[in-house]
Amino acid sequence: MTAGMEREPARYRGPRSVQRTTRIERRAELFVGLLFFATILATLGLIVSYVIGANTQVDGVLLAIALGGIGGGIVVWVQYLMHTPTMIEARHPMQPNPVAEMSPAQAAMREAESGFTRRHLLLGMLFASVGGLLTAIAVPLFSLGPLPNGRAWFTTAWKKGSRVVDVNGNVVHASQIPVNGIMTVFPEGAPGDAMAQTVLLNVGPGLLQLPADRASWAPQGFIAYSKLCTHAGCPVGLFRATEHDLMCPCHQSTFDVLDGAQVTFGPAPRPLPQLPIQLQPDGTFVALGDFPEPVGPAFWNQTLGGGA
Amino acid sequence: MTGPGPAPGDDRVHHVEGEPVPRDADAIEGDALPAPGGQLPVVGPVVRFLDNRTGLVTFGRTALEKVFPDHWTFLLGEIALFSFIVLLITGTYLTLFFRPDGTQTIYAGPYAPLDGTKMSAAFSSVLALSFSVEGGLLARQAHHWAALLFIAAIVTHLTRIFLTGAFRRPRELNWIIGFTLLLLALGEGITGYSLPDDLLSGTGLRIIYSITMAIPFLGPWVASLLFGGLFPTTQIISRLFIVHVLLLPGVLIGLISVHLLFVWIQKHTQYKVPGATEHNVIGLSLWPGQAFRSIGAFLLTAAVIALLGGLFEINPVWIYGPYVPYAAAVPAQPDYYVGWLEGLVRMAPNWQLTLFGITILPEPFIPGLVVPGVLFTVLWVWPFIEAFITGDHREHNLLDWPWEAPWRAATGAAFATIFLVLLLEGANDVLAAWLLIPVEDLTQFFRIMVFVGPVVAWIVTYRLARARLEHGTKPIEPLGGIALRRNATGGFEEVHDRAAVDAALGGGGRK
Ligand code: HEM
Ligand code: FES
Repeated sequence: MTAGMEREPARYRGPRSVQRTTRIERRAELFVGLLFFATILATLGLIVSYVIGANTQVDGVLLAIALGGIGGGIVVWVQYLMHTPTMIEARHPMQPNPVAEMSPAQAAMREAESGFTRRHLLLGMLFASVGGLLTAIAVPLFSLGPLPNGRAWFTTAWKKGSRVVDVNGNVVHASQIPVNGIMTVFPEGAPGDAMAQTVLLNVGPGLLQLPADRASWAPQGFIAYSKLCTHAGCPVGLFRATEHDLMCPCHQSTFDVLDGAQVTFGPAPRPLPQLPIQLQPDGTFVALGDFPEPVGPAFWNQTLGGGA
Repeated sequence: MTGPGPAPGDDRVHHVEGEPVPRDADAIEGDALPAPGGQLPVVGPVVRFLDNRTGLVTFGRTALEKVFPDHWTFLLGEIALFSFIVLLITGTYLTLFFRPDGTQTIYAGPYAPLDGTKMSAAFSSVLALSFSVEGGLLARQAHHWAALLFIAAIVTHLTRIFLTGAFRRPRELNWIIGFTLLLLALGEGITGYSLPDDLLSGTGLRIIYSITMAIPFLGPWVASLLFGGLFPTTQIISRLFIVHVLLLPGVLIGLISVHLLFVWIQKHTQYKVPGATEHNVIGLSLWPGQAFRSIGAFLLTAAVIALLGGLFEINPVWIYGPYVPYAAAVPAQPDYYVGWLEGLVRMAPNWQLTLFGITILPEPFIPGLVVPGVLFTVLWVWPFIEAFITGDHREHNLLDWPWEAPWRAATGAAFATIFLVLLLEGANDVLAAWLLIPVEDLTQFFRIMVFVGPVVAWIVTYRLARARLEHGTKPIEPLGGIALRRNATGGFEEVHDRAAVDAALGGGGRK
């Protein structure tokens, strides 16, 4: 069978009828044997490891050896010890040849089919009824969640007179926030609330440049903004004291704390809503009401307010 | 369809009408065709047993003789398949311990730093998987590494298909299926990443929720139905779970099967190697060469994943801590396959369209959904776009070398550049800290690069490909060695020279 063969390029190894064991083959045999042996050792190791409770690293390495031993062995085996001939197979165009004439069976089937396709009205009603069925089945999907028109989408837990507390529910005292200090605060009764989360900052007196109607909302340089980023809702937590700006860690929207949290950089489309607060004589804070506008990322009817 | 198989009247198969079938057919070995695998220990007897009762081997012979061309780039798709199998195995182990439950609990477990912390049952079960379950952390980390490998393999596989024009007729549908598989894999990655309910994954979900809310007019409804109300909800973990472990894997398995079935029916493409024509397939038969190689390659892939999972820590959720809505991890980085989306969302300008108090285009909508949608749609239907532009609607079984279609290679390079720039922008905070550049400047740079980069890449690639093409391709060497040709009865015969090959195949050879 090998008669008349030229030098074979490496890619093309012909079949051999005479099985001779070459040096390469003997080495390959040894190597494959060693790989399989490594697998056996590694699997034993894995069992021991389970019994004595070994760690992830050891297990990982042993498992890799166990799998790789068989895998590598098989590949070397095929590559060096199996004489896999190159084969040629014909292929045919995918497009079927046109048939000259219908067979009687085909003709009969076509005839039967036309009993279906001819009746346009019935067909239309069939489609309509299937559509109706699918719709009816889909309707219960609405029980997956409430309609998004409740107050919760537009308002937060802050109310007139809400005392300002920290994440553990403890009342916040002005002395806890030094100049350039920042604290995450909540309305009393809702510590940790996702919508009501607020940052309370102390920028010191005299720096704020708020619009006149909001100046009184920030007593003695204490100012409170919604912590919910108006971009995509991450908590805006990075306060860069020297620049006096708040930066969102998610997409770096930057808000100017002194200037009513105007956006100075990044994708956020509007300022962080400001919470009106009042400093009490005892050094604690209360809210003068909820945020004047809805907090958080934009949606189509955000500024129209909720129905319910 | 699959080429001529053994004819029913094959003279080696003795069958006499009306003759009773002998009872102990196993004993009559001489009657059966020599079965592939028949010489193997264990396998051999089983194959004979089955064959004598079902004729499966006789049927399977044609399948096992199927010829598959051989090139290292054909391994990429296989690696994707193998990683998927590893994902199924490791993922199933994880489901035995993971609790898809968003209810808040107080942690009391072996990981001391989080002792007494409020967290979801889901997060708590991931801590248990990581610290208490034997092999749990290995399975978790292997699962995560396998996910990264899976998507990387799909992307490189699709890149190969793209650059060599393997998607051309008749294989357009399989490109679309393959690209759909990529989308499903991304879905699997995102839902899986979100399951542990740690600080990073919760933040990711918050962003996904916000992007969903930004869909014009429908957003709030869609988001509320998907998540079960206003973010954060307790239902979301259990919903993601069923999508991650049942729905998407089911669809993936189904589509992968169709994908492979198509490769089978249409036969593999081949590079312009000696002897290859549009009308033949040159390679190794499935049995035993390709079959054993694939088994070996699967085990090697699994070995690499086991090694990564054992030695390289990934997603150490105990360091991030449980999700709370008012805290964020800094710097927050998603897995790389989401990084380009993250980059898009980061670099987008803060424009949004509001008319009469109605926000028609909330900001996250365009970068979060429209732009990715457009990029993916163009790539998704690429075979039809290319055929439309070139007017080439013929069947192609021989692959182009990338430089043989300069403008295709250039277009591929342009797309790759867009995704690369976006990926880098997705890590802008990390890069900025690294390069000591303000993150704002870096973002401005990438905003320009995302437009300039692809143009430059297009021109450079086009020029290089043209140069390579004009430099001249080597003439194809004559076929050396021994080739076997499948004949009409399904057998093989030896072919000695090129002329005979061409003549026998009736293809008239190559140009
Ligand atoms: C294309 C396939 C898949 C991809 C890309 C994928 C990806 C992921 C990723 C990235 C994670 C996060 C892992 C981590 O904690 O670091 C994950 C978690 C998980 N996956 Fe998958 N997965 C796939 C298929 C599956 C399948 C088929 C199952 C089950 C049958 C499964 C079960 C799980 C479970 C239970 C978890 C949560 C446990 C944990 O996070 O530690 N996955 N997946
Ligand atoms: S969520 Fe704050 S910048 Fe995107």
